[in-house]
Amino acid sequence: MPSRIVAGLGLSHVPSVGVAYDRGKMQTPAWKPLSDAYIPVREWLARLEPDVAIVVYNDHGADFMFDQYPSFAIGAAERYGIADEGFGTRPLPEVRGDAEFSAHLCESLIYEHEFDLTVCQELNLEHGFLVPMNLCFEHGKDGWPVAAVPLQVNVIQHPLPTARRCYKLGQALRKAVSSYHEDLRVVVLGTGGMSHQLQGKRFGFMNEPFDQRFLDQIETDPDRLANLTHQQIMEQAGAEAVELIMWLVMRGALSPQARRVHRHYYAPMTTGMGLITFQDD
Amino acid sequence: MGLVPIAGTSIFDLRASTRGYRLNKMCGSLCSPANREEFKRDEEAYMNRFSLSVAEKRLIRSRDFAGMIDAGMNIYFMLKIGSVTGNSLYRMGAQMRGESYEDFLATRNFKDAV
Repeated sequence: MPSRIVAGLGLSHVPSVGVAYDRGKMQTPAWKPLSDAYIPVREWLARLEPDVAIVVYNDHGADFMFDQYPSFAIGAAERYGIADEGFGTRPLPEVRGDAEFSAHLCESLIYEHEFDLTVCQELNLEHGFLVPMNLCFEHGKDGWPVAAVPLQVNVIQHPLPTARRCYKLGQALRKAVSSYHEDLRVVVLGTGGMSHQLQGKRFGFMNEPFDQRFLDQIETDPDRLANLTHQQIMEQAGAEAVELIMWLVMRGALSPQARRVHRHYYAPMTTGMGLITFQDD
Repeated sequence: MGLVPIAGTSIFDLRASTRGYRLNKMCGSLCSPANREEFKRDEEAYMNRFSLSVAEKRLIRSRDFAGMIDAGMNIYFMLKIGSVTGNSLYRMGAQMRGESYEDFLATRNFKDAV
């Protein structure tokens, strides 16, 4: 049986979650609402027994600097290290890759679907990748319960890929996964957002109605979300909310039969932290 | 096709990236513990190493975060210099809003989630 995508998740990757996690603060009143929301998600994911997580994230100047900043980049390594983003290296085990699966995805995406990704033999992973991993999977001392393929999207230096392009990349990714000969169960994590702005006078801007509408439509009408321009997202949800285009890669990778399982929203400080999950049978 | 300015907002495009290239390059270098130590030991020498202009050095010395953003600093790179100088995201944010840290926290839904 060829590989298939069994689930997709859209979720925020706020760095303070990683700090709270490392300091054992996830059960404090400030973090418990978020922490509790992920308990059934981890149980559900464990039941799905995924082999690989394709994690769509953006690098925040941990590995890519502006001398060379790829629009789309994909990992093709056997393992990935943990980055020092400027605040020290988090005490997490390295992440196992699946180089053969990555190679297949690269060949399929580049040859058949004409997505000319930057291919990385070495990547050090940072909060954009690791916070979702912490929320979705429990790691042991030596590693994580899934292998991973990091898929990096430029959402910090305009011009960014369009929302539509991200949605199409997801659709291509679905075909690429399903043409892999090995019987892998794959989950796709689309990370980032939701509403937030981290600079300027408008620092701290959030828009819960926008976020709730986005959560509605990522389920019911993703094609409409793919029409959003960066300008519209930034005006309505803050400049840094453009990360949400990465959720469209995840959504594009799901079949029309995918059904929503979990949904949660929590906005304590400066970012609307959203969560939505889909099962694809 | 281009982006239209938004009030109170910096849009980090290629023009900003070109303008802030030295600043961002210096901040990017702070992803190494040895470089962070070197910055703390001799900030002036560290800034010289990255050929910062007189105006850019002034922004760093005065911890003028709004000024850094105007000069083309990317917010995620600014977090690194914030960290090495003891300024959290929320402290930098309060300064950019022109508020005290306490006044800023009072505007949040749950200010303990830091």
